[in-house]
Amino acid sequence: MNERAELLLQIQEAEFAAVELQLYLDTHMYDQKALMEFNHYSNLIATLKHEYEMKYGPLLNFGFSPSQYPWRWLESPWPWEEQY
Amino acid sequence: MWIYEKKLQYPVRIGKCDLKMARYLLTQYGGPDGELSAAIRYLNQRYTIPTNEAKALLTDIGTEELAHVEIITTMIYQLTKDATVEQLEAANLGSFYAIRDGALFPSDANGVPWTAGYIQAHADPITDLHEDMAAEQKARSTYENLIKLTDDPGIKDALSFLREREVVHFQRFGEALRIVQEYQQAKKVY
Ligand SMILES: [Fe+2]
Repeated sequence: MNERAELLLQIQEAEFAAVELQLYLDTHMYDQKALMEFNHYSNLIATLKHEYEMKYGPLLNFGFSPSQYPWRWLESPWPWEEQY
Repeated sequence: MWIYEKKLQYPVRIGKCDLKMARYLLTQYGGPDGELSAAIRYLNQRYTIPTNEAKALLTDIGTEELAHVEIITTMIYQLTKDATVEQLEAANLGSFYAIRDGALFPSDANGVPWTAGYIQAHADPITDLHEDMAAEQKARSTYENLIKLTDDPGIKDALSFLREREVVHFQRFGEALRIVQEYQQAKKVY
């Protein structure tokens, strides 16, 4: 696996944990331990996402990711083109 | 508002062109219990559901289902992109090619277009949440059928991930249903 795919996989893992915790918290709003875990993953995602975007360009559209010059949003591969 | 994230929720490892499997997978794109139906069903039910737990859950699961649409369409695209016309014909996909070449289109595995008739909405939260729980079980069954139709480890792996998500969604909808029932009980008491 190349370095980009490796970092992307770490983001996928952290985001998956956050998705799972988000759905759990939707029906368990007073579970403090789950909330702490959720906030842990939220911070981890921010760190990993920052590292990824500095190297490989924006992950999110509409201002949720900065871009270097020239406009890096256009760079391939798009998610459906990704080869593992 | 939605923000796009330029990545798949789960990595899809597709090795070779497999047209038969691509056709079967279509049912989870535009079929009755597919991911598109799921996303539209949940996002559309949000407006009339009474509790904040259910509003959050329909929003979040509806959003996750959109990511699952992308996983399924990526699998279909990668399984078909290198096919020749002869291969398409041999896999009984000549009629699909005649209509739209290699373009993706939300239909079931027989080419029947996606329709809003696949979803339900009744405003009654007990009715809607039961509908959602049943839909998750139907999607789980469909994934189990699809897993039996392939021996490709990459496809099996992605389908197993999606199957597992249906199990989790069913569980969470069940909890939301219990909360709605408690809410309705409390309203009756006071
Ligand atoms: Fe689901």
